[in-house]
Amino acid sequence: MDGRTTRNRAWMSAVGATLLLGAALLLLALVGGKTLPERAGPPIEQLAVERTELVPGYIDVTVRNTGPDPVQVAQVFVNDAYVDLTGGEQPIPRLGTAMLRLDYPWQEGQPYLLSLLTSTGLVIEHEIPVAATTPQADAGFFSLMALIGTYVGIIPVVLGMMFLPVLRRIGSRGIRVLLGLTVGLLAFLAIDASIEGVEVSESGGGAFGGPALVVLGAVLAFLALTALDRYLGSRRTVNDAQGSSGIRLAVMIAIGIGLHNLGEGLAIGAAYAVGELALGTALVVGFTIQNTTEGLAVVAPLTERRPPLLQLLGLGLLAGAPAILGALIGASVNNAELSAFLLGIGVGAIAQVIIQIAPSLRDGAERFLSPATIGGIAAGLLTMYVTGLLVTA
Amino acid sequence: MAESRRQFLLGSALLGTAGAAALGARAASAAPSAAPPATETGGVHSGGHGGGVAGPTFRKGAVVDHAANGFDPTALLRDFDYGRVSRLPDGRVLREWVVAAADLDLEIAPGVRYPAWTFNGRIPGPTLRCQEGDLLRVQFVNTSAHPHTMHFHGIHPAEMDGIPDTGPGVIPSGGSFVYEFDAQPFGVHLYHCHVGPLAEHIARGLYGTFIVDPPAPRPPADEMVMVMHGYNTTFDGEGNQLYAVNGIPFHYMHEPVRVKRGELVRIYLVNALEYDPINTFHLHGNFFDYYPTGTRLEPSEYTDTIMQAQGQRGICEVRFPYPGRYMFHAHKTEFAELGWMGFFEVTD
Ligand SMILES: [Cu+2]
Repeated sequence: MDGRTTRNRAWMSAVGATLLLGAALLLLALVGGKTLPERAGPPIEQLAVERTELVPGYIDVTVRNTGPDPVQVAQVFVNDAYVDLTGGEQPIPRLGTAMLRLDYPWQEGQPYLLSLLTSTGLVIEHEIPVAATTPQADAGFFSLMALIGTYVGIIPVVLGMMFLPVLRRIGSRGIRVLLGLTVGLLAFLAIDASIEGVEVSESGGGAFGGPALVVLGAVLAFLALTALDRYLGSRRTVNDAQGSSGIRLAVMIAIGIGLHNLGEGLAIGAAYAVGELALGTALVVGFTIQNTTEGLAVVAPLTERRPPLLQLLGLGLLAGAPAILGALIGASVNNAELSAFLLGIGVGAIAQVIIQIAPSLRDGAERFLSPATIGGIAAGLLTMYVTGLLVTA
Repeated sequence: MAESRRQFLLGSALLGTAGAAALGARAASAAPSAAPPATETGGVHSGGHGGGVAGPTFRKGAVVDHAANGFDPTALLRDFDYGRVSRLPDGRVLREWVVAAADLDLEIAPGVRYPAWTFNGRIPGPTLRCQEGDLLRVQFVNTSAHPHTMHFHGIHPAEMDGIPDTGPGVIPSGGSFVYEFDAQPFGVHLYHCHVGPLAEHIARGLYGTFIVDPPAPRPPADEMVMVMHGYNTTFDGEGNQLYAVNGIPFHYMHEPVRVKRGELVRIYLVNALEYDPINTFHLHGNFFDYYPTGTRLEPSEYTDTIMQAQGQRGICEVRFPYPGRYMFHAHKTEFAELGWMGFFEVTD
């Protein structure tokens, strides 16, 4: 009875404070706004190219006005030659979009720089690194993306997991080395994805936050996974404490890696959509080899148990299947801002997983960084670096 | 880049009143530029060119509002301003002009506005023409919100050079000065503002052609002026987004320069381009005699392509033996595809 009234009082004061805050903000908006000076100066023009579609003889460009003022695309030149265009005849309002069709005889495999000349003479540029006919999003295309996602995500992760019997024979010190290796691998992935995310976000014009989107995605993913872990943890303690912690850790690692693979699939899909995969299968091969090590990471905490095969397969799917989803999103959305956000989610997920693994690195003397684990971490970083070279090769 | 550009645009927005005043000044001072309207020459092949493999073009069907700009490149082509002519007591010819600098918001390509600085409200400025030995008086009136000068190429005393700290120095906003000097040497020259930052003062539009005819006139011909130039619309000083001859990119693609078959055509060609070291002129299907700077009466070259660095100029003389449409453009093809191209239409 007493506790309930206290709680009600706390609620009421919280609601009261919120209402007061809302009223103050409203008053400020209504009255305070008028006391501020009008924004002076010329219009601020921002356009983000959300999608380019290359059709033989044409380039279709979807632009979004990400600035505060309307933008009028007056003329467009491609590689320093003005082109006839249709679409975008009217000024594009804030957050509005327009589709511009550029009459330009582009060539397969060539780079192009699109320059949108606005009515005030500002030039907004967009680079197409390698031109290739944009694949049409039909059933065949989606099944191809699913296939690539499977190659890159599920198969290598499951392959890596098949090393589980080997891991069982290497003893607790060996396991710590292996977990260190996993931390190294993941740390490299997190750094790599952060850099990638920042690069991608900057190409999107930055109206939806730019690099801040990567941070937002990372923090949200980290918080969500921590919440999930706490939830799973509180449930598990009711059951048995000992054996399940390994599988719990494996699930968390699988989710983290899965979110990372979502970003990886995204990169592949986006590259495919703009035709960069036409350069070769190097990207797919590189990711595949790299992801084999991710399978090792997933099963590393399971050496003291004998999980059923289905459970292992489930873990593999959890870690690998998001690559398929990522490839589909990447190929069909091809939006820099969304890509940056998803890459950020991957980073946050990995950071959470590293924190999950950290306690298991402790050796008998309760040291976090024994020479063996340091060696493992370094080896993990180097492995990722070396296999990463295959991706760009 | 974006930041400085905005501040700069803010500056010109505040000067809107000055620009309006300048318009009035232009109307008062530029009576000679009242040329025949474009309807006579234009419109025949409007919108017929370009797109895809047929070459560069602006949005098809979109045109610049020449009336709102106050000048039309087709009219500028053959618009020679001989000034007000009178005789001095010693019998010499005296020529007088009034040239006003003004800030104008011009449409330099369909739908693209440009905060220009102009002589007599046009880009390029008026083509001032005289004969060697004339006494020239150019009253420069600065109705722009910025300090400017008129600097003439040619031979004249230092105090008439139109540069800062010499003679009258810079002419402040609202100021005026009469540049007075003898017309020499004969040839095709140019004039432009010479106030820092120099590249911007020129690139904003403050340049024009200055022709001094030889004592014995050149043979009669269909004469025209072509000033090669560009627009750096982003004001970053790195190249130009638009290239043109006589003010509006691609203009003579829509309205070809009309000439007669077999008739002598004389082109006074001036390179007033900023931010690029050279410019070129190439004529299709024909060859021309080229007179560098026009200071000699014998051609130096018989060619279809010539090159001019910044400030260089010369005279091209050509007779078209066949009727039809002949392209002319910068053979620096990047400039051509960014607007510096047009057609001659040769008829009987
Ligand atoms: Cu000036």
